[in-house]
Order: sequence, then C-alpha cells, then structure tokens
Amino acid sequence: MDAIIRQFFNIDIMVQAAPLIFRGLGMTLLVCAAVVPLGLAGGLMVALAGRAHARGIRFIVALLIDIFRAVPPLVLLIFVHAGLPFAGLRLSPFASVCVAFFLNNSAYYGEIYRAGLDSVGAGQREAARSTGLTAWQAMAYVVIPQAVRNVLPDLVSNTVEVVKLTSLASVVALPEMLYSADMARSLTYNSSPIVLAALVYLALLWPVVRMMSRLEHRLGG
Amino acid sequence: MDNGTLFLDTFFKPELIVRYLPDILNGMAVTVEIAVLMVIAGISFGLALALVRSLRSRLVNISIVIFVDVARALPPLVLVLIVYFGLPNVGILLPSYVVLWLVLSLILAAFAEEIFWAGILSVREGQWEAARSTGLTYSQTLLHVILPQAVRLTIPPLTNRTIAITKNTALGTVIGVPEILNQATTAESFSFNATPLMMGAIAYLLLFVPVVAAGRYIETRFAWRRA
Repeated sequence: MDAIIRQFFNIDIMVQAAPLIFRGLGMTLLVCAAVVPLGLAGGLMVALAGRAHARGIRFIVALLIDIFRAVPPLVLLIFVHAGLPFAGLRLSPFASVCVAFFLNNSAYYGEIYRAGLDSVGAGQREAARSTGLTAWQAMAYVVIPQAVRNVLPDLVSNTVEVVKLTSLASVVALPEMLYSADMARSLTYNSSPIVLAALVYLALLWPVVRMMSRLEHRLGG
Repeated sequence: MDNGTLFLDTFFKPELIVRYLPDILNGMAVTVEIAVLMVIAGISFGLALALVRSLRSRLVNISIVIFVDVARALPPLVLVLIVYFGLPNVGILLPSYVVLWLVLSLILAAFAEEIFWAGILSVREGQWEAARSTGLTYSQTLLHVILPQAVRLTIPPLTNRTIAITKNTALGTVIGVPEILNQATTAESFSFNATPLMMGAIAYLLLFVPVVAAGRYIETRFAWRRA
C-alpha cells in the first residue's frame, strides 16, 4: 500500500512537477482552441458537401469520411509528422496535430451534422424557400440551427473525445500536458506526475461526462 | 526525376514494399488478436457491470459510476502510460501487450456499461411488471424479457463506440507492442523512407473500412430511437 502511494500519489513529486504540467495544460488548451473549431467547421462543410446534387461529389465525400474514420488518429498524426517530410513537406508538431486532427475530426463531426441535417424535415427548407429566402439563407437561418440543436449532445460528446485526443500530440513531442507529465515521470522514475495530469483531465472533463450521461439516460427513457 | 516518380519513390517504393510486407502482416495479426480479445473482454465486463447495476445496491452503483466516469473522462494514452510505467515499480510486471489489452478492455467496458444501462432503462416499467406478475423471477425477467429488448437498442451506439476504441490499439506503439503502427515506424526509421508508413495506413484501411461500413449499415438497420 505504501509503495502504491509512493509510486502514484507522491505529493512532493507532484508539487515539483506541477509548474511543468500546468505549462503543458496551457498548450493542451491552445491545441483544443485550434482543433475543435477546425473540426466543427470542417465537419459542417463535409456534411453540406455530402448533400450536393452531383453524384460524384457525394461519392468522394462518403469515401473520404470512411477513410478518415478507418485510420486511427495516431496513425494519421504520425503519417503527417513523419511521412510527409519525405515528400518535402515538413510541418511543426503543432501544425501536424492541426492537420491530422482536422482530417479525423471533420469526418466524425461531419457524420454527426449529417444525422442532424437528416432530422430536419424537408418541409422546413421548402417553407423557408417559399418565403423568398435563397437556398443558402434557408440553410443558414432555418435548417442548420435546428439540425445543430437536434444533435447537440452528440457534438458535445465528440468534443470530449477531441479533447482527449489532444494527448496523442505528446507522441510527436508537442509539449502539451501529457508530454510534460511523461517528461517529469522519466526524470523522477515515478508515476505521480502522470497521475497529476490525469487529475487535471478529470477536473476538465468529468463535469461534461456526468452531464452527458444524465442526458443520455433521459433520452434513452 | 519528375513528380510522379518522386511520389512513387517516397510512398510506394517496390523493393521496400517487398522487404517490409512480412513485418506489416505480422503487425496486422497482432492488431487483430488484441482487438478481438479486447472486444470480448470489454463488452462482457461492461454487460456484467450493467446487470450488477440493475440490482440497485447503492454502494456498488456509486463505485460503478465512478469507474465508468473516470474511464470515460481520461485519455486512453494517459491510462496506458500510468499502468505500463507505474505497475512495475509496485512489483507487478505485465508484458506491454497485456497492458494495452487490459487498459482498452476497461475503457470499452466503461462505455459499454453506460450504453447497456441506458438500454435497460429504456425498456418500459410495464415490461418488468408484466413479466414479474406472470411469475418470472427477477433474473428470469432480466434475462428473457428486458435484455433482449435492451440489447437491440444498444447495438448501433455500441458498434460505433467499439470501433472507435478498437482503433486505439495503435497506442500500443508508444509502449512497444509490435502492432501495425509500431512495425511501420520501425521500418520507416530503418529504410529512411515513407513507404512503410503508407503500408501501415493501408493495412488499417483494409482492416477498418469494412468494419466502418458494417457499422454504418447496422446503424441504419437498428435505428436508435430517441424520445
């Protein structure tokens, strides 16, 4: 028991590692601030392109969604970070993370928006058009707001996944929270810094997870 | 060298494809093995937790909820690193693939428990009452009346979640499990060429595109009705 506390909950080591980990938290939040809006915007574009009239465009969009949902995000990230330099494209860790997660998240958010757009009846768009709104106005002011409201729980739940995903950036040496914690771990030969990082993730995400789970149970009933 | 040849030489170099194909295939075998074992363990443990939760013992349920919430809120890589680097120092030595399997199974179990529990709750109270009043015991009701209806509702969300967590087997590369990504990055650093990474990505596509497509089919087939 004593060994477990010394290895995982060593307060002295946590205090020492705290400044490093909180600096890492800053980078984690910065990555989230870049990656979440990129994914939300990319996903909306994907969902709208998936409803194009041209069959070819719809096919390509569906293909891209399946490809980027099938490849694990870490594989995509390592491909962008370690593979593209051979083709002459060298991106910083931060840019690699943004590009890789933009591709991955757009596919996931895109599927959610698609379900949302499907859930809005065709009559809404027709009514909006008949009042004289253009196709884009009808989409932007009538259909999309309702679609987003219908899938809000799924959007929130996917955003939690995106925040968790940012921990993968540690693999390409972006000094976010997990990278900083792991560095402290390898210096101290003790797991407490990672436990501290885990506690910070819990503080960030537990309230959202709790709220989602209440929402899911209500919807299921 | 024109652009086309340069592209082929960087991502599809024939000699390298031949040389590293066996490694990538071995990686695929490891990935599939861990994935299958993880899905079996995770879903059965998740179902077991949901059944225990339906007994509504307060203390037990609070522990289940805490376990589920923590596993859902923490990034999988954080858990993998804690278990892999922490346990040896308290005297428990596990091979890296067991660590990966264990952590991913626990995470899947947490998500599966939530989904099964939502499914059980979604079966109307009247079903319980009707079944109990015909003389079925509590466990008979659960097994023969409630679960068959609940499981049907849970299939689409459970499929999607399982696919997403299965892809986390790629995290094994960080702790040295010889799965696809690990084989690909090792080969990349030996050959100083991006071909092995491309092979790794294609291996994942071969494994997961059918799974993603099947998941999409199941989602439409068993549409999860919401109130």
